[in-house]
Amino acid sequence: MIASLFSFKGGVKPAAHKDESAQAPIAQAPLPHRLVVPLRQSAGGAPLPLVKAGQRVLKGERIGAPEGNFSSAIHAPTSGQVLAVEARMLPHPSGLSALCVVIEADGDERWIDLVPTNYMTESPDALRDILRDAGIVGLGGATFPSHLKLKPGATGRIETLIINGAECEPWITCDDRLMRERADEIARGIAILRHIASAERVLVGIEDNKPQAIAAMRAALATSEGVEVVPVPTRYPAGGERQLIRVLTGIEIPYGRYGTDFGVQCFNVATACSVHRAIDLGQPLISRIVTLAGNVERPGNVEALIGTPIDELLKLASPKADTDRTILGGPMMGFALPRTDLPVTKAANCILAASPALFPPQGAELPCIRCGACTRACPAELQPHELYWFSRAKNFGKAQEYGIFDCIECGCCAYVCPSNIRLVDYYRFAKSSMRALEREKAVADAARERFELRNLREEREKAEKAARLAAKTAAGRQAAEGAAAKAAGAPAAPQAASPEEKPLPALDEQKKALIAAAIARVETQKVGVQPRNTDNLTPEKQAEIREIEARRNKVRELAKTPPEEPI
Amino acid sequence: MNNSPHVHLPISVRVIMLKVLVALLPGIAVYVWFFGAAILVQIALASTAALAGEAAMLRLRRKPVGLFLADGSALVTAWLIALTFPPIAPWWLIVSATLFAIIVAKHLYGGLGQNPFNPAMVAFCVSIIAFPALMSQWPAVGFTDFTAQVRVIFESQSAQDAVTMATPLDALRTSLHTPEARATVAGILGSHATFGNIGGKGWEWIALAYLAGGLWLLQQRIITWHVPVAFLGVLAAIATVFSLANSDSFAGPTFHVVTGGAMLGAFFIATDPVSGATTPRGKLIFAAGVALLTWIIRTFGAYPDGMAFGVLLMNLCVPLIDMGTQPPVFGHKNGKKEGKP
Repeated sequence: MIASLFSFKGGVKPAAHKDESAQAPIAQAPLPHRLVVPLRQSAGGAPLPLVKAGQRVLKGERIGAPEGNFSSAIHAPTSGQVLAVEARMLPHPSGLSALCVVIEADGDERWIDLVPTNYMTESPDALRDILRDAGIVGLGGATFPSHLKLKPGATGRIETLIINGAECEPWITCDDRLMRERADEIARGIAILRHIASAERVLVGIEDNKPQAIAAMRAALATSEGVEVVPVPTRYPAGGERQLIRVLTGIEIPYGRYGTDFGVQCFNVATACSVHRAIDLGQPLISRIVTLAGNVERPGNVEALIGTPIDELLKLASPKADTDRTILGGPMMGFALPRTDLPVTKAANCILAASPALFPPQGAELPCIRCGACTRACPAELQPHELYWFSRAKNFGKAQEYGIFDCIECGCCAYVCPSNIRLVDYYRFAKSSMRALEREKAVADAARERFELRNLREEREKAEKAARLAAKTAAGRQAAEGAAAKAAGAPAAPQAASPEEKPLPALDEQKKALIAAAIARVETQKVGVQPRNTDNLTPEKQAEIREIEARRNKVRELAKTPPEEPI
Repeated sequence: MNNSPHVHLPISVRVIMLKVLVALLPGIAVYVWFFGAAILVQIALASTAALAGEAAMLRLRRKPVGLFLADGSALVTAWLIALTFPPIAPWWLIVSATLFAIIVAKHLYGGLGQNPFNPAMVAFCVSIIAFPALMSQWPAVGFTDFTAQVRVIFESQSAQDAVTMATPLDALRTSLHTPEARATVAGILGSHATFGNIGGKGWEWIALAYLAGGLWLLQQRIITWHVPVAFLGVLAAIATVFSLANSDSFAGPTFHVVTGGAMLGAFFIATDPVSGATTPRGKLIFAAGVALLTWIIRTFGAYPDGMAFGVLLMNLCVPLIDMGTQPPVFGHKNGKKEGKP
């Protein structure tokens, strides 16, 4: 069966520059002296550290436990000693810091006991748990936990499994080399993924500029029924998940929905390979293939342990003297690193040495002339120039109405813009502003709710107190009157007081004093002038305490990362 | 600087504007061939005025003068003004019209990319309203002597009747609007010296040269097919319907398409991205509107050509057209957008 191809609109054809790094076989990066393993390397919550400073760990030992089901485990990439568990800067455009496990390698590379699983005899649920505990996440760059992507969606079942070997971004060749060299491993991973999803058919999409990879994958999958390797036209961003699904199946998955809702799911070839290793060999995800390219003497691909410092890795390719910055990812979607001593993460597919000659700085930004080049290039079929106006004017409501959250930040619009407008930067600004507003609104809503609840509670308590007091007074009066009546020898008149209240003697002076004291206490609490143990200290001491407090808050801030931003 | 993408297509506003100028060259060459080199004088006058006005305004607005002068947009406006004005119009007319276009229609609205109206068409409309006689003074066929032309341009006096002539559109309209003449379209086209094989004498060839330049712009992807096709198609369609119904009073489609500013407008004026619609459907509506207005003004109006007014009136509608023709976003083709942060 030959699948008929669909097409996605837009896209661009930047110079591929793939031959440079695609020639040499994948090399093994030398074991680094020290590794920094970020605990949060996938979408979802940050795993909790399972190790302490000073502790010895084995290669593949779990050092971060998935927090809930919406996260993925983290493992020691090599054997050695934990030096620290502390906040370190991550390879992130904004120089974000988060909790990392710093490991000093002992050079022994001693593995934990590996337990292979026979996937044919396990239930899909059990296999998904193994993938979660093996830290398997999407290696195409989004690092979405794979076990979550394998959950059946609204349609009940994943009918079509898409394996993404498109690798559309220029310069990057890690998937290309992986397919050429480890097609059999990928094929085994595909079989496991297919088994878990019970998918009817599998389509492996590879851009037609990688004939060797296509041939290798075809050879490896020749005996598999219902699995087809489909060359797709080379056009960036054909490897975008939604674009590839569209090209191979014709299905368009809108923003905010998942492929499983449409009976289709997509995995990167490298992810398939790591699924094979996790199930068939019991090996967790502790390394990945990284392309080293750009302004270097020896471009190529290396298999690097997660946590390897990026600068150490790039040295293997010998960056040229005029290298002025290092880009993590490709030239279309990657970002220049604020520092190069940051660790390789599961998302790091490419390290590009950049020079002014190779990636010339863009000319001055001119006004938008509405030429429409961006609209024709947009694979999300948006109107980038309109989004630009709205983002620039901070008209976020309009930007949202025109679909800014459908933007995949592929960079096609900015690539073609004749006015040199950094369009994607404007969208990032608008999106992050909107997310911040949304967060603020949520916080304000919660505060308002709390305030309203407190008001309600106070009013209720006041009313109850008043009722009790009234009842007590009435009962007291009744008792007094009753006594007087009894004394007068007349029958007691029926009273309106609540029957369940026991008659009490009238409030005496002592009780009144107690109540007054209680009210005074409440008043002081309300004003909030509770004396603290730090109030009577010298100004110097107080300043010191404030400093310590600020440091503490900072550490607390560092220890948590915003939940939306994938690393 | 640190954010993606790190690569960029080697294209700029300057390249786009230069290609538009290059695409005008065949039309200008044919123009010179038929009507003499006066048009080159007008182009030079307009270009100088446009660059001077642009530089002065940029300076006043404290914008980088060199950067914006080099974008070439003022030159495109200048050339389009020169090509729509009579080539023997007095020098001060084209200079003042160009300055008005650059200063008022472009920079007072915010400069490059911000003008809601096509500056060249503003210049044309302002001039034809203020100086209708001068704007109707076109060189007669055969009046190609350069020194004589230059004298007419610079000696601020009305040119002699011997050297001027009405444009083909004007000639046809005037003859049809004179009831006692009882002229038919076929009769007028056959008798008058201003008419050629399919349109105006000489003008029809200039129009075909514009068509060639426009097709090159299409091939270069500087413009899309929507505006030229919708404009010429609708203009031809209306002309066909009316000339079929009454061929004596209404000119046919070929005549309309190759006469006046139709061909220049279809590829070079209505395609102005800044003042035009941007969505594909919006472009079709915009161009169809221009064509309809052009035909109505040509046929029933007081001005010889309706292209400029049609463009300005449709410029007014652009925000509405764009708003109403937003194409569906990827994945949202069957329903409403549900974008959430």
